Order: sequence, then C-alpha cells, then structure tokens
Amino acid sequence: MLIELKDVCYTYGDGTVYEVKALDHINLGISEGEFIGLIGHTGSGKSTLIQHLDGLIKPTSGEVLFEGKNIWSEGYDLRSLRTHVGLVFQYPENQLFETDVITDVMFGPKNEGLTPAECEARAAAALRQVGIPEELYKVSPFDLSGGQKRRVAVAGVLAMDPEVLILDEPTAGLDPAGRDELLNQIRHLRDKRGITVVLVSHSMEDVALYANRLIVMDEAKIAFDGPPRKVFARYRELEKMGLAAPEITYIMHALRSRGLRVDTGAITVEEAKRSILMALSNRNSMKDGPL
Amino acid sequence: MSIIRASRLGFDYIKYNDESEDAEKVKAISDISFEIEKGDFIAVLGHNGSGKSTLAKHINALLVPTSGTMWIDGVNTAEEDELWKVRQKAGMVFQNPDNQIIGTVVDEDVAFGPENLGISTEDIWSRVDEALGKVGMLGFRDRSPNRLSGGQKQRVAIAGVVAMRPECIVLDEPTAMLDPNGRREVLEVIRELNKKEGVTVILITHYMEEVIFADRVFVMDSGEIALEGTPREIFSKVDELKKLRLTVPQVTELAHELRKAGVEIPEGILTIDELVDALCG
Ligand SMILES: Nc1ncnc2c1ncn2[C@@H]1O[C@H](COP(=O)(O)OP(=O)(O)OP(=O)(O)O)[C@@H](O)[C@H]1O
Ligand SMILES: Nc1ncnc2c1ncn2[C@@H]1O[C@H](COP(=O)(O)OP(=O)(O)OP(=O)(O)O)[C@@H](O)[C@H]1O
Ligand SMILES: [Mg+2]
Ligand SMILES: [Mg+2]
Repeated sequence: MLIELKDVCYTYGDGTVYEVKALDHINLGISEGEFIGLIGHTGSGKSTLIQHLDGLIKPTSGEVLFEGKNIWSEGYDLRSLRTHVGLVFQYPENQLFETDVITDVMFGPKNEGLTPAECEARAAAALRQVGIPEELYKVSPFDLSGGQKRRVAVAGVLAMDPEVLILDEPTAGLDPAGRDELLNQIRHLRDKRGITVVLVSHSMEDVALYANRLIVMDEAKIAFDGPPRKVFARYRELEKMGLAAPEITYIMHALRSRGLRVDTGAITVEEAKRSILMALSNRNSMKDGPL
Repeated sequence: MSIIRASRLGFDYIKYNDESEDAEKVKAISDISFEIEKGDFIAVLGHNGSGKSTLAKHINALLVPTSGTMWIDGVNTAEEDELWKVRQKAGMVFQNPDNQIIGTVVDEDVAFGPENLGISTEDIWSRVDEALGKVGMLGFRDRSPNRLSGGQKQRVAIAGVVAMRPECIVLDEPTAMLDPNGRREVLEVIRELNKKEGVTVILITHYMEEVIFADRVFVMDSGEIALEGTPREIFSKVDELKKLRLTVPQVTELAHELRKAGVEIPEGILTIDELVDALCG
C-alpha cells in the first residue's frame, strides 16, 4: 500500500466555538498506479482529506502512512514527502508569484537542487503538457486569463515529477478542449510512468471517463468506494448527498423506462452509443423478424 | 432601449516593459458590436483567453474601451462622472470568489454592498436575509467566509451582488467550483432573478449544460464574437464548436454520434426528453 489513512479525524478550530468536524474516522488505502476520482458535496471534506496525503494538515487523531511509515512520527522528512506527492490546490492561481511564467514553473525543480538548465527543461516540458505556448513564457502570471493561470499552476506541480499527483478540481475554469487535454495528459502520465493520481472533481462526467476507482465523501465520511459504474448505479443515493450521476446515466434510465433495452450501467458517451445502437438494431430485427 | 450596447468595441491591454520605454499591446477584444435587451439571458462561451472576462469587465466599467463605445442603459461607460451609476446598474460576480469576499462574517459581507446604497438598516438586513436565502446560505450567516469551503464561498459572493438588486448581473463562471446540487441551485437563482424580477443576465461559463437556458449565446474566439444564436442553433454546430475548443452538452453529443452512425434523429437535441422522444416516439 502506497498511502494509508488509519482512522483519521480532523476538526478545524478544535476546542473553540467554531469547531467544524471535517473528517470523521477515515480509513483508506491507495495503491500505486490507481486513478482515483474523489467526489462529494461542497464542504464534505475533500480538500481537507487530500491535504492529509502530503502532510500539509496533521490529523487531529489517527495516522497517515506513506510507504508504510507514519509521516508524523519523529524525524520523518516531510519536505521529501512533498517532492513525492505533488498537490495542485483548489485555487492554484492564488499561488502564482514569480515575475514570469517560466520562472514560476521552475520554482519547484529549483528547490530540488537541479541545475538551471535542468530546471528550465523540466519547466518547458510541463508547460507543453498543459498547453501553454512559448509566447507566454516571459509573460507575468498576473496578465494571464483565468484558464491560462490554472494551466501554469498545474505545470508548476508537474515540473516536480511527483510519483503521486493530487489535483483539487484542476479543470474548473478550463475550456472544454483544455479540460480533455489536461486529463488525457494526466492519464498518459499514469499509463506511461505509473504515477498514482487522485482527482478531486465536481464533474461526474470527468470522473466517469478517467477514474478507475471512485471515492464519495459525504459529511466528513466516506460514503462509497468502488468502480465508477457501481458507484453511479446508486445515483438516487448520490442525489441525496448533493451529487448526481453523469447525464448519460439519466438518459439510459429514461430510455429503458420507455422500453428500449439499453445498458443502464453505461456512464460515458461512447458506452451509451454502443448500447443504444445495439438496442435499436435488436428492436428493429424483432419488428422485421419472422412471425 | 437596449440595456447594453457595444459599438465597434476594442480593447488592448498595455504592458510596460521595465527595460525599454516601449509599451507592448495585447489585443484582447477587437471591434465587436452587439445589443442586449432588458430582461435578456445571454450566455457567453469561448476558449481560455478568448476575451470573455475582458468583455465582462466592460459592462460594469472596470475597464473602458480603447476603441469604440460601450453604453449601459444609455450611459457611456467612458464618462468618469457616470461610473457610480454604471456600477449600480450592473453587478458583477467574478471567477474567483476569494478575491471578492471582504467581510469577516458572512452576513456582513453580503451587507457591504447595500450599506453603500444609503438605505435604512432594516432594509439592508432584509435584503441580506433574502439574498442569503436565495443562495441557500442562511444557515451560514454567522460564519467566517474564510472558513467556508470553495463552493460555499462562491454562493456568498453571489448573494453579495443579489443584495444590490442591480438591473443587470454579469456572472463570470459563477458555478466553476460548485457541486452538482450547488450548480443547479445557483442556476435556479439566476434564472429566477431573470424571469421573475426581469434582471438582465450575462452568464459566462465553460459548462455547456448551463447554456441551454439562455435566450441567446455568444461564442467568443480570439477577441471576436465568432457565433451568435439560440442555444439550439449554436449546439447544432458540433464540429464547428469543437474547432473553437468548445463542446456540446452530453445529450447533444450522444445524439450527434447516433446520427453519424445512421440513426434518424434531428440535429441540435438539447434535453434528455427530446432524445428519448426521438428514439422511442
Ligand atoms: N480553514 C478552515 N477553517 C474552518 N473550517 C474550515 C476550513 N476549511 C474548511 N472548513 C470547513 O470544513 C469542512 C470541509 O471543507 P473542505 O474544504 O474540505 O470541503 P470540500 O469537500 O473540499 O468542499 P468544496 O467542494 O466546496 O471545495 C466544511 O464544512 C468547511 O466549511
Ligand atoms: N491584466 C492583463 N494584462 C495583459 N493581458 C491580459 C490581462 N488579462 C488578460 N489578458 C490577456 O487578454 C486575453 C483575454 O483574456 P480574458 O481574461 O478576457 O480571457 P477569458 O476569455 O476570460 O479566458 P478564461 O476562460 O481563461 O477566463 C488573453 O490573451 C489574456 O492573456
Ligand atoms: Mg475543496
Ligand atoms: Mg475569464
């Protein structure tokens, strides 16, 4: 097991009148190479949970293990943990601060003690991965559009070459093509380099398409944990938690209730198309079939 | 009279270079003209960097055109004396709520706008209640905004504008950080403001499903309005939209794919009911 959370609880403002219980007895194991989609209503504890994975937040109680070691045990090197576990924050554009785009992305590699040439090569590769053209390398990050800023922030983490990549709603604010490009890129990194990905998202369509495991948070607890198809089959319960299934799921159920024998477990456009075409051809052959 | 009118509007960001004297120009909007009627619901789509936010900032005079003219309810936004008038007519919700939350307590934050309108304290608080209720955040009124999660902050930011009761609201990706429920609630709030109170709405979004409620859609591309039409007209152009780095709602995409595979259904299907009727009718 790469990362393990054992009975983790976290309370903001512990002991004050503003106490908010954000994580309530979380038990969770993450294996190498998984692509996890983390979903849950607003305020359910997703951002709090992922900040435990790279030691930015210390649990109020419970343990966080990385490669079997408790990251809060004495003498543990949290700085080195953070070079293995890269986290893209929910509003990453707030973290941009350097004078130009390329210098900003070089910040992480620089801290790892790489030579300037290596830093620049890493930064350029990361910027290419997120689709920022060279013309923008020398522009101030503050002069970029919202979506461009977000791409640069994501590149800043990619440039660190992390083994575990955690992204907190990385696609919010990206145009549809940019969203697909970024997520395809991340899937590619995972397939090619075997990195582990945790993707926090409010887009059910995105997690349906990319994740092979879904974790659903509800009121500081893990409500479901399983393959996307199985989780989305429980869409009535998801709705009660402020979530939904991908639009496709609703289409398939509506078709089924009108008598078209489609697979209601389909969660992507591609799956739905195949299933509908098959159902239509079955219906037609029954109509035309011998009496 | 139209509430928003742009005539040959152009805008360049000017960047001053430290080393040299020359200023560099970045063209963000070039020569666009349009009119928006009172009570319209307009959605604006476009790739990252296409000029949507720049255009939005012209509507409440945060930016003034470098060429051409922008009028809000007949007032030229370039006239500095009229600035306050323009800002009162057009409220704005930005892309990132962190940058617009000022108060240390949620209800104070929402009260901040109306307090500047010179209305009675009683009126202020009834507006705050109403606005918080509309975005589903009444239960959080005593909380500190910094302590809210991303989605909760976004709703508070919207309440702050709603409490000003402007004639026109410009929302720059207001739902980007919300969960599906929150997104639906906020969209309902926006639609109600539009339908019941006749507020003119300009909604900038990257979520195609949110656009189907609009009367008209503007699609921006590199500082220009590349396409304009009803949602059905716009979403019938699947391939063209993809070239502009956009897409269509999933149901429209599925219908389009089925059509390509030979199924006889119309182009531009926007809702699940339409698709189901087309396949099972
Ligand atoms: N710094 C903080 N101080 C106090 N409470 C906080 C703080 N940050 C978050 N909370 C509270 O903790 C709970 C969990 O918040 P968290 O940010 O983890 O949720 P989330 O699932 O990431 O939500 P979203 O989808 O809106 O980003 C919420 O009730 C939130 O109000
Ligand atoms: N303050 C600024 N200074 C210089 N150039 C800017 C500034 N803000 C934006 N730009 C540039 O102007 C163009 C339009 O940016 P704008 O923010 O209007 O795009 P947008 O359509 O809102 O994009 P997004 O979907 O990413 O929010 C982009 O090329 C951007 O890099
Ligand atoms: Mg969050
Ligand atoms: Mg923008």
